[in-house]
Amino acid sequence: MSAAVAARSRTVLGFVAGLVFGAGLLAGGMTLPRNVLAFLDVSGLADGRWDGRLALVMGGAIGVFLPVWRLAKRRGEALLGGLLAVPPEAAIDARLLGGAAIFGLGWGLGGYCPGPALVSLGAGLFDPATLAAAGAFVAAMIVGQRLAAATESRIDEGSAAAPAATSACAPDAPETLA
Amino acid sequence: MEIGSFVAPLVGGMLLGGAAGALLVGGGRVAGISGILAGAIAGARERGWRVAFVAGLVIAGLVAALVAPGSAAASPRPLGLVVVAGLLVGVGTRLGGGCTSGHGVCGLGRLSTRSLAATLTFMGTGALAAVVASKLLGAAS
Repeated sequence: MSAAVAARSRTVLGFVAGLVFGAGLLAGGMTLPRNVLAFLDVSGLADGRWDGRLALVMGGAIGVFLPVWRLAKRRGEALLGGLLAVPPEAAIDARLLGGAAIFGLGWGLGGYCPGPALVSLGAGLFDPATLAAAGAFVAAMIVGQRLAAATESRIDEGSAAAPAATSACAPDAPETLA
Repeated sequence: MEIGSFVAPLVGGMLLGGAAGALLVGGGRVAGISGILAGAIAGARERGWRVAFVAGLVIAGLVAALVAPGSAAASPRPLGLVVVAGLLVGVGTRLGGGCTSGHGVCGLGRLSTRSLAATLTFMGTGALAAVVASKLLGAAS
């Protein structure tokens, strides 16, 4: 398969995966911030308000992804060719934990994480309130990412020991053989 | 709570796990939404599939608005707080290298201890923020 065909196939795959991923978020109730907040608000455990069903979304997702990952790892390369670009298992450091802590605070305040917010942008077609909330969230999230990226590159310039883009979600994660 | 109310989240989770699995087996890429979004906007290379993935997410919402109205809704929190939340999510996912999908699904699914540490951390601070906000602003549900 030529590189151009592989890239085009990956684009089609990306679109279909995004579509199905979005359908999963919608079906699972992740695009209802009230649901998400009722899950995260564990004070509801005391008076029976707590809704733990969203744990099933993560459970169902991992239940399917885990065996698929083992299969892909055994195969060693992607069906469209090329290595599996997965993040290397780096040390658990302050940047990872601090970043995760900040992300969690934002998730618990607004009830949106990145995927559901993007799906809600489209779902706000006939609903101005949803469009306004999702639009404001996504715009602010992009600004936050750019701010952090700018600070990050300054940190990296100042420290030779700083890890390169090693994250699962780094835009240019190095391709590593799993 | 009827049995059916447990089926939807489970099926939804399996769908998104399947989508993430297909992207990995087929394309060799991890379905971390925060990183895909960042790469779609400002990535130096491989923007095509990332832009396509984000488009797929948004179009899934568009289709839902037509065939399943009510399956998405606005945050019950004031818009100003939603903006602050967005900023925190943007900064945090960039520094922490992932969100609910990259760490929570793909990372835990790969049995990564880094992702386990990240997931426990954002679940903890997420609960903290939701509890405090519900005490100050009223329960969301």
